[in-house]
Amino acid sequence: MKGAPGPRTLVSPSQLRSTRGKVVYWVVFSLVLIAFTLAFLFPLYWAVTGAMKTPDELARVPPTVVPEQWHPETFAQAWDELDLGRYFLNTIVVAGGAWLLQLAVAVPAAFALSKLRPVLGGAVLGLMLATLMLPASALLVPTYLTVSDVPLLGVNLLSTPAAIWLPAAASAFNIYLLKRFFDQIPDELIEAATIDGAGPVRILLRIVLPISRPVLAVVSIFAVVAAWKDFIWPLLVLQDPGTQTLSVLLQRVAPDLRLDLLVAGLVLASLPMVGLFLVFQKQILAGLTAGSLKG
Amino acid sequence: MSTTARRRRRLAENVTAYGLLSAALVVFALFSWFPIVRGVVLSFQQVNFVDAPEWVGLENFELLFADPLFGVAWRNTLLFTGLALVFGFAIPFLTAVLLNELRHARAYFRLVVYLPVMLPPVVTALLWKWFYDPGPGLFNEGLRAVGLPGSAWLDSGDTAMLSLVLVSTWANMGSTTLIYLAALQTIPGDLYEAAELDGAGIWRRLWHVTVPQTRFVLLVLLLMQVVATMQVFTEPFVMTGGGPDDSTVTVLLLLYRYAFVYNDFGSASALSLLLFIALGVFSAAYVRITKRSAE
Repeated sequence: MKGAPGPRTLVSPSQLRSTRGKVVYWVVFSLVLIAFTLAFLFPLYWAVTGAMKTPDELARVPPTVVPEQWHPETFAQAWDELDLGRYFLNTIVVAGGAWLLQLAVAVPAAFALSKLRPVLGGAVLGLMLATLMLPASALLVPTYLTVSDVPLLGVNLLSTPAAIWLPAAASAFNIYLLKRFFDQIPDELIEAATIDGAGPVRILLRIVLPISRPVLAVVSIFAVVAAWKDFIWPLLVLQDPGTQTLSVLLQRVAPDLRLDLLVAGLVLASLPMVGLFLVFQKQILAGLTAGSLKG
Repeated sequence: MSTTARRRRRLAENVTAYGLLSAALVVFALFSWFPIVRGVVLSFQQVNFVDAPEWVGLENFELLFADPLFGVAWRNTLLFTGLALVFGFAIPFLTAVLLNELRHARAYFRLVVYLPVMLPPVVTALLWKWFYDPGPGLFNEGLRAVGLPGSAWLDSGDTAMLSLVLVSTWANMGSTTLIYLAALQTIPGDLYEAAELDGAGIWRRLWHVTVPQTRFVLLVLLLMQVVATMQVFTEPFVMTGGGPDDSTVTVLLLLYRYAFVYNDFGSASALSLLLFIALGVFSAAYVRITKRSAE
């Protein structure tokens, strides 16, 4: 193979260097390449081209692999007929607000627990982490009732973005991830700044946040992706059709919508996340393993 | 520094810390801790939001047990979880082992396998519903192209659940595969070399080196998958609505019906409590194991 040999894996390098090994390697490689392309890219190709077929062509058996007639204007038509501009805006407000609020809540909390270590801080952290043991579905009903009539405040948040922002901000996972990162920042750095007369808030803003960019990126991306992908909670709390997110809209209109328009809508609704992935691939794939296991 | 001055400084630090923690404490109290308590209370109450809630003892649970769909929903959910483990556990592991051996196009494989993870689940569900269409659907056309008979997919009670598992596996295998891949890359190469010197062939090396070395990750993902798949909702809600013949009614779909179709929040909470009890052990084990590994 090319260049320096990679780390030793299951198959030994000598096996790979033999003629038989090379043949087997390239056969397996080609099969995996074809299988992956068919399994993961072809369905997306099918959707994008399907949206550009005429309704007649879409209903045909057997289906056409390449559209006979291209109708890219279906995307514009779906945008107008479904009023997608509005639903994109709703989704952006929901996801963007959830992201900002999650950071605004979790960053100071994690900093306080990690570096100021207040009385009962361990108990507070424990109570927060304990919520991770609850399956999300166990809280659907009581949280729904809570946002419909918030205790003490007595406001009804249903069909407002706050119904999604506030419960999303109660994320023990964010606090856990951030605290673990802050724990690695040497205390000497904090003490030196304290001796220079900096208060905790100044230390957080000037010292901790700038060196925490990687973990902030991970938390941010995951917050936005999770909010964009979420379905059941927006379905429950955004009952007023005008306030719904793209996912809720699409499942609501799907049964009665012309297929080419629906598929065009599905493609459009996915583009921001696919684009985000192409731009932030490195951070997302690194955060995937960091977030789930090692940190 | 005198004791009083030190004490005063410690007090000031605590005040700042709790100031920074206050937003987190408020959202956790309102949208996490309070709903947990309320969920348990609601399980033993009847609420209609006109009269005061009434304590009904175990009546909600008795109502659930008397519902013929209750047993069906648990059986279906266990079937989904079982099938999802067979596919969603084994396939990504084998895929990761295979990818770890390939020396070319690694970035491409990682990119495409993760692409479906970025799609909103509603988009995936609606796309696959179209692919499953027994008439002009992509899948039956693919089967016919290689000379196999088509399937009824979602339209038959025998295959509907399996069809949902396939979507869910496709949509989620990207993250599992890449987590396994990261774990495989931490296995020291000399272990394979030593095993090879002892005369172990590829399969024995896989079984005696790869599997034990990734045991921790395998266990964590197993627990995570059980907890996630037991809460399946989006696929049955969007693709089958629980049909045909109730073959895809899951626990969460039943819970949704109790709460938001029959407006029986008490029984819905009772069902949440049962789901929590069923999953509590798995969640607790998952949190414990990941926390311990982090320390």
